[in-house]
Amino acid sequence: MKKKSGKLSYGCLSFISFCVIIAAWCVATYGGFVNEIFMPSPTDVWNSLVEMAKDGSLLEHCYISTKRVMVGWVWSAVAALPIGMLMARSKKFSAIVQPVIEFVRYLPVVALVPLTLLYLGIEENQKYVIIFLGTFFQLVLMVCDTVSSIDKNMINAARTLGAGKLQVYTQVIFPAALPGLMDDFRLTIGWAWTYLVVAEMVAASSGLGYIILKSQRFLATDVIFAGLIMIGVIGLVTDFLLRLLTKIIVPWHERLGD
Amino acid sequence: MSDVKLKVSNLQKIFPAANKNGKELTALKDINLEVKESEFVVMVGPSGCGKSTLINIIGGLEEATEGEVLIEGKPVTAPGADRGMVFQGYSLFPWLTVQKNVEFGLKMKKVAKPERERIAKEYIQLVGLSGFENALPKQLSGGMKQRVAIARTLANSPEILLMDEPFGALDAQTRMVMQELLAKISRETKNTILFITHDIDEAILLADRIYVMSRRPGTIREILEVQMSGERSHEMLVTPEFLQMKRKIMDMLWQESQDAALDQ
Repeated sequence: MKKKSGKLSYGCLSFISFCVIIAAWCVATYGGFVNEIFMPSPTDVWNSLVEMAKDGSLLEHCYISTKRVMVGWVWSAVAALPIGMLMARSKKFSAIVQPVIEFVRYLPVVALVPLTLLYLGIEENQKYVIIFLGTFFQLVLMVCDTVSSIDKNMINAARTLGAGKLQVYTQVIFPAALPGLMDDFRLTIGWAWTYLVVAEMVAASSGLGYIILKSQRFLATDVIFAGLIMIGVIGLVTDFLLRLLTKIIVPWHERLGD
Repeated sequence: MSDVKLKVSNLQKIFPAANKNGKELTALKDINLEVKESEFVVMVGPSGCGKSTLINIIGGLEEATEGEVLIEGKPVTAPGADRGMVFQGYSLFPWLTVQKNVEFGLKMKKVAKPERERIAKEYIQLVGLSGFENALPKQLSGGMKQRVAIARTLANSPEILLMDEPFGALDAQTRMVMQELLAKISRETKNTILFITHDIDEAILLADRIYVMSRRPGTIREILEVQMSGERSHEMLVTPEFLQMKRKIMDMLWQESQDAALDQ
């Protein structure tokens, strides 16, 4: 009983916090406290969303942006997983790759945009690479950290039960690290959206980042807000889906606060 | 000779100094021991005497500095299914059900599915967990988890069972139940077992032979044969012959602990 009421109030509280923000927004705009060029009213934003939805451009921009995020992020996840696992398990391998990764990690991705344009042009691949560069180097270190922190006794138990090296990776390390890995994935997919906007603000002709930048030139703040809201909504949905997926694939995991 | 399952000869373990100014640490010195087929050998020693290091070396999880470990005459270099280990922390795989945990070793050996399901069921029954096949470890109590860990190791039919304070994390009552269960299992399955503990009652209750270890650097201080009449159960905890033996081991361990405190 207690648990149920706890869950209910969680949803309620989240809903209330959104309501408060929207209410404040209404007061500020309808009350005439702020210049509508800087902050459009909810009605204006809603109208521009409806308009874009009607001509189909909203869906198109959302689709292309989501696709870019997913492709770039999947590339980085697929690459980060084995490299991060090996780094956690082998001192030698870690000595070879870790300094390089740490170095690249500190390079601002924005500063790499000119190079990516030079090497890859303005095609889709350039967008994917920006997102990859933004997330991969962080994700590798997160994977390494997650894998390092699994219970060593589980690995010892598996080895004394006759598991070979590869079996230890596939049958023990990977499943044991999976709950932590899902969290890492969820965090980095958020960052992927940040780098998407970086990618779309330069040399792009579609996507949510592109319409936000374009609207700035026309002072169309309502469209900027509409774009921002869409990114937030897609982010929330992705997060929700990944949490749901985590519950489905690691039902055995005991989480603090559950 | 063929009935000697495990032979440890002149084993030594020295941990290198942690830094330039540090001293190296001798954890184990001149360890010689033998475990014969179907024998239940218990090692007792004061904490920090290197008991766990020794069992880890036998299990192949750590390397000895000197000396060798032979299983059926073959030297040990790495962990293997011939030496099944049971740890204090259970180390079950939390994503696998009881059934799948017990099947794990057989799956690694690529035993066919129907066969490994049958064997696992058998050992789950042996440890008294029938009906819990589909439970996940998080749904089990500490004692039940350790039953699963024992079944998982036995199902793999190792040459020798290495148990590192397996009941150390359990409450006193559960521990008694588990001790009797293990005594019964070892009688029935005739497994060869090397068991480590700092609990003297547990040692006498379970052992055919007890090796008493000294404080660090761990050496074997004394070897005692346990010859108790009748069943191994908690009834025997208050018999004169039990108490006499307990007294003897207590004196030894007390002295070692006392000296260890003075060493520091």
